[in-house]
Amino acid sequence: MQALYAQLLVGLINGSFYALLSLGLAVIFGMLNIINFAHGALYMMGAFCAYFLLNLAGIGYWPALIIAPIVVGIFGMILERTMLQWLSGLDHLYGLLLTFGIALIVQGVFQNYFGSSGLPYAIPDELKGGMNLGFMFLPIYRGWVVVFSLVVCLATWFLIEKTRLGANLRAATENPTLVRAFGINVPRMITLTYGLGVGLAALAGVLSAPINQVRPLMGADLIIVVFAVVVIGGMGSIMGSIITGFALGVIEGLTKYFYPEASNTVVFVLMVLVLLVKPTGLTGRAA
Amino acid sequence: MKHRISALFLGTALAFAAGGALAQDKNVKIGVLTDNSGLYSDLGGAGSTLAAQMAVEDSGLAGKGWKIDIISADHQNKPDIATTIARQWIDVEKVDIFMDVLNSGVALAVNNLVKEKNAVMINTGAATSDLTNAQCSPNTIHWVYDTYMLANSTGQALVKAGGDTWYFLTADYAFGHALERDTTAVVVKSGGKVIGTVKHPLNSSDFSSFLLQAQASKAKIVGMANAGGDTTNTIKQASEFGIVAGGQKLAGLLLFITDVHSLGLKVAQGLSFTETFYWDLNDGTRAFSKRFSERMKNKAMPSMVQAGVYSGLIHYFKTLEAMSGNPHDGAKVVAKMKELPTDDPLFGKGTIRVDGRKIHPAYLFEVKKPADSKGPWDYYKLIGTTPGDQAFRPLSESACPLVKK
Amino acid sequence: MSALTDDTLPTSPRAVRDEMIVFAAMAVLLAMVPATGIYPFFVMQALCFALLACAFNLLIGYGGLLSFGHAMFLGTAGYCTAHALKVWGATPELGILVGVAGAAALSVVTGFISIRRQGIYFSMITLALSQLLFFIYLQAPFTHGEDGIQGIPQGYLFGIFNLAKPTVLYYVVLAGFLGGFLLIYRTINSPFGEVLKSIRENEQRAISLGYKTDQYKLLAFILSGTIAGFAGSLKVFVAQNASLTDVHWTMSGEIVLMTLVGGLGTVFGPVVGAFVIIAMQQYLAGFGQWVTVIQGVIFVACVLTFRRGVIGEIAHYFRRSL
Repeated sequence: MQALYAQLLVGLINGSFYALLSLGLAVIFGMLNIINFAHGALYMMGAFCAYFLLNLAGIGYWPALIIAPIVVGIFGMILERTMLQWLSGLDHLYGLLLTFGIALIVQGVFQNYFGSSGLPYAIPDELKGGMNLGFMFLPIYRGWVVVFSLVVCLATWFLIEKTRLGANLRAATENPTLVRAFGINVPRMITLTYGLGVGLAALAGVLSAPINQVRPLMGADLIIVVFAVVVIGGMGSIMGSIITGFALGVIEGLTKYFYPEASNTVVFVLMVLVLLVKPTGLTGRAA
Repeated sequence: MKHRISALFLGTALAFAAGGALAQDKNVKIGVLTDNSGLYSDLGGAGSTLAAQMAVEDSGLAGKGWKIDIISADHQNKPDIATTIARQWIDVEKVDIFMDVLNSGVALAVNNLVKEKNAVMINTGAATSDLTNAQCSPNTIHWVYDTYMLANSTGQALVKAGGDTWYFLTADYAFGHALERDTTAVVVKSGGKVIGTVKHPLNSSDFSSFLLQAQASKAKIVGMANAGGDTTNTIKQASEFGIVAGGQKLAGLLLFITDVHSLGLKVAQGLSFTETFYWDLNDGTRAFSKRFSERMKNKAMPSMVQAGVYSGLIHYFKTLEAMSGNPHDGAKVVAKMKELPTDDPLFGKGTIRVDGRKIHPAYLFEVKKPADSKGPWDYYKLIGTTPGDQAFRPLSESACPLVKK
Repeated sequence: MSALTDDTLPTSPRAVRDEMIVFAAMAVLLAMVPATGIYPFFVMQALCFALLACAFNLLIGYGGLLSFGHAMFLGTAGYCTAHALKVWGATPELGILVGVAGAAALSVVTGFISIRRQGIYFSMITLALSQLLFFIYLQAPFTHGEDGIQGIPQGYLFGIFNLAKPTVLYYVVLAGFLGGFLLIYRTINSPFGEVLKSIRENEQRAISLGYKTDQYKLLAFILSGTIAGFAGSLKVFVAQNASLTDVHWTMSGEIVLMTLVGGLGTVFGPVVGAFVIIAMQQYLAGFGQWVTVIQGVIFVACVLTFRRGVIGEIAHYFRRSL
C-alpha cells in the first residue's frame, strides 16, 4: 500500500508536465485554431534557455523561471507574426504542417550545435535534498514542481475564464469581426495568446531541466503523448485539459507499478477506448 | 546524374587496372559509416573520421606509394539508409573497408551486405554480441566491446567486491533483455543473487517510479541494463532520489565517457562500468588522445569507439603491407588479419579470434568524485582489469558457424 | 476555409488524356533506367516511397484526411513480409500477400477508430496510433527490437524471377509501382472517388444527399493503408531488412513532406515529391543533421509560398490537371 502512495505521487509529478503542455496547446488552439506541433521544440527551448542563462550569464534557476518563458514567448510571437499569421483563412491542417516544419528546424539546429546526449542542469540549492514522507523519499524539487505547476495552471484558467482580458479573448475566438468593432486589436491579441501558450511550454521546459538531461529531442516524443492527452480530454475547456493532464500522469504512474511494460502505451490505449465510447473526448467540443 | 555515370566509368576503369596488376594495387578506400547527427554522434561521428585520418597519417603508407581515400556518411541510425549507402559505396565508390558502423541494427544490416559483397567491416561501435556469435561473418571483425563482455566484466567484478544482491532496471526490448540475461548469468555464477527486475519502456523521460521500486528492494547493486539517454536520465534521477546516498551502488552495463562528460562528475560520481579504452591509461593512450583532442572541434577526448577506428585501421594497414598490395578480396584480407597478432598503442597487444572477435583486456572503472578530478576529462579511476582471454564469450559457447568444434 | 487542394482545374476527358500521356512517358522513362547506368537501388527505393506517397495522397488529396501515422502501414507490411520470408521461408508472392493482408487488417482497425474525428483531431489520432504501434513493435520479440529483421532472402517470384538480380528486381518493383499507381488513379476517377471529393468539399451536403460518409471515408482509409502496405512489402525486397525506422513518426512526417513537395491532390505530385526527397537524403547524407533542418525549411517554405507543390504549380500554370 505504501508503495502505491509513492507511485501516485510520482504520477502526479509527470501529470504536471502533461497539464502544463496540454494547457498551452489548448490556449493556442482556442485562439488560433492551430495545433502547435512545435510545442515540444519550444518546451526544449525553454530548458536550453535556462541552461544558457546559467552557463553564459550566470543567471540561476529562479530568474530563469521568469526570463526563459518570456524569451521563448517572444520567439513564439515572432514566429506567429512572420509565419503563422499568413495561414489564417486556410485549412487548419496547414498550421499543423507549418509548425511541424518549425519543430524540425529548431530541433535540427539544436542537435547540430549541442549533440544529442544532453547537457547537465543542477537542482537549485534551495530545493536540494528530500523529505521522508514515511511511505517514500520525496525529493523536494519534485514536490515543488507539482505545487508550482498547479498554481500556474489555475492562474491561467483564472486569467482566461474569469477576467475581462480572458472574456475579450474568448469573444475574439467566437466572433473576431464583432470584437474588432469594439476597438480591440484582434491580431495583436492573437500574437499575445500564442506567446502565452509558448511561454507555458517554455516554463514546463525550465521545470524539467533539473530532472531530465537538457536534450534537443526532449520534447519530440513527449509531444505525441500530449497529443493523446489532448484527444482524450478534448480541447474545449481550459480546466478540462488541466484535469486530464494530471489524471493521465497518475494513471501512467499506476501502470508503472502494476504493469511497467505497458507504461508508455497506456495513454494511447486509453485514447482508443475514449474514442470508441465518446468520440468527442471527455470535455471537448465537436471539431 | 552525370558525375554518377562518370564515377561508374572510373570505377570500371579502376577494376580493369586492378585486374591487370593485382599484386601491385595499392589503392585503398575506407568508408566511415557512422552516426553524424543523432544520439551517438558524440561517440562516433566526426571523431571516428578524424581517428581514421590519423591512422592513415600515422601508417606512413602514403610515402610508400599507397593511395588511401576516406569517405564518410551519416547513417542516421536507420538500417535501411545504412544499407543503401553501403551498397552504393561498394558498387559505385569501390569502398574496401567499413569502419565504425555503430548502432546494433545498422551493424547487423551492413554485416549481411559486406558478407554478400565480400568487403571488410571492422565494427567498433555496435554493442550486439551477435556479430561474432550467431551472425558472425568471415568478413567482419568486432573490435572494441560487446554486450557479453560488458555484462561479464562488470557483473563479475562487482560481485567480487561485495555487491552480491542485484536489482535490474532493464530497457524493455531485445537489447536490454540480452544485457540483463547475460549479467544475471554472471552474477549467479559468481555467487550473487538477483532479487528483482523492472522493465521500463525505451526512451522514458521519467524513471522515478522504477527507481522507487529499486530503492524498496534494498539490493546492494542497481544494474542499469539500458543505454544512451535512458542510462543518463536514470543516473541523474537516481542521485535526486538519493539512491547512491542511501548506500546502494549504480552499475552501468553500457556507458561511455561521453555519457559521463554530459552528466558531470557531481551526478556521475561513484558509478562503475566497463570500457576497453580510456585516454588516461598509459603513455601511449595519452599521447594519441592529446593529438586527437587538439584536432577535435570541441577538444573532446576520444571515446573507445573512436579509438577502435584508429586501432583497427592500423592493423588493417599492417595486414595489407604484409600482403604487399590490396587484393580487394574481403574474406582473404580478414583471414590474414586473424593470422597476424595485433599491437598498437591504444589497445596494446591482442589477437583476432576465428569468429571475428578482437581480444584485449577489459577495464572496470569507477567515476571519480569531483574533488579527485584534476581537470576536464579526468573522470575515471581504474578498479579492475579482466584479461582478454577471460573477458569475452568463450569459443566453446559460441554459436558461430566459423568455429569448428 | 480554403481547401487543401487546387480545384479550379477542369476534370474532363482531355484531362484524363493528358494524364495518360504523362503516365506513359513516366513508365517508359522508368523502364529505361537500368540501361542508363543510373544506380538502380536508388530508383527502386524512390519507387517504393512514391507508391507510399500516392497512397497517402489518396487520403489527403481526395478525402481531405491528413494522416500523420501512415508509416505504421509501411512498417507493419514490412515486418509481416520479412517475417514470412525469413522465418516461414515463404515464396516472394506469398510474402507480399502476408504483408498486404497485415496492413489491410491494421487499416480496418485504425480506420475504424480514427475516422471518428476530423481535421486536426484525425491527424493527432493517427499519429498517436502509430506511436502506440511503434512501442508494440519495439517490445514484440518477432521484430527483434532495435536490431530489426535482417538479411531477408529475396527468392524467386512465381518460381521464375530471381529477385537477387538487381535488374529483375528493378522491373518487378517498377511493375508493382505502376500497378499500384493505376489502381489509385482508377479509384480517383471512379464514382467512389467523386463521392469522396464531394465529402471533402462539404461533408454536411454529402450526408444530406444520403451518403453514409463515414463508410466512404473508412473505405478510402483502408484502401490507402493497404496500398501503403504493398509499398512496404516491396521495400523489403529492396532493402532486405525491416526495421523500426519504418514505423517511427519521423517516417510519417517524411511521407507528408514528399506529398506536400510534389503537390497535395495531384496525380503525379507524390511521385515527383518522393524522388526529390529521397534524392535529397542521398546527396545530403554528408551534412548530418542539417538534413532534418533542410526538411523543416522545405516544410515551412512549401506551406508559406508553395502550397500547390511542384506538380500543382505546373498544373496551375498550364491550367491542366496532372
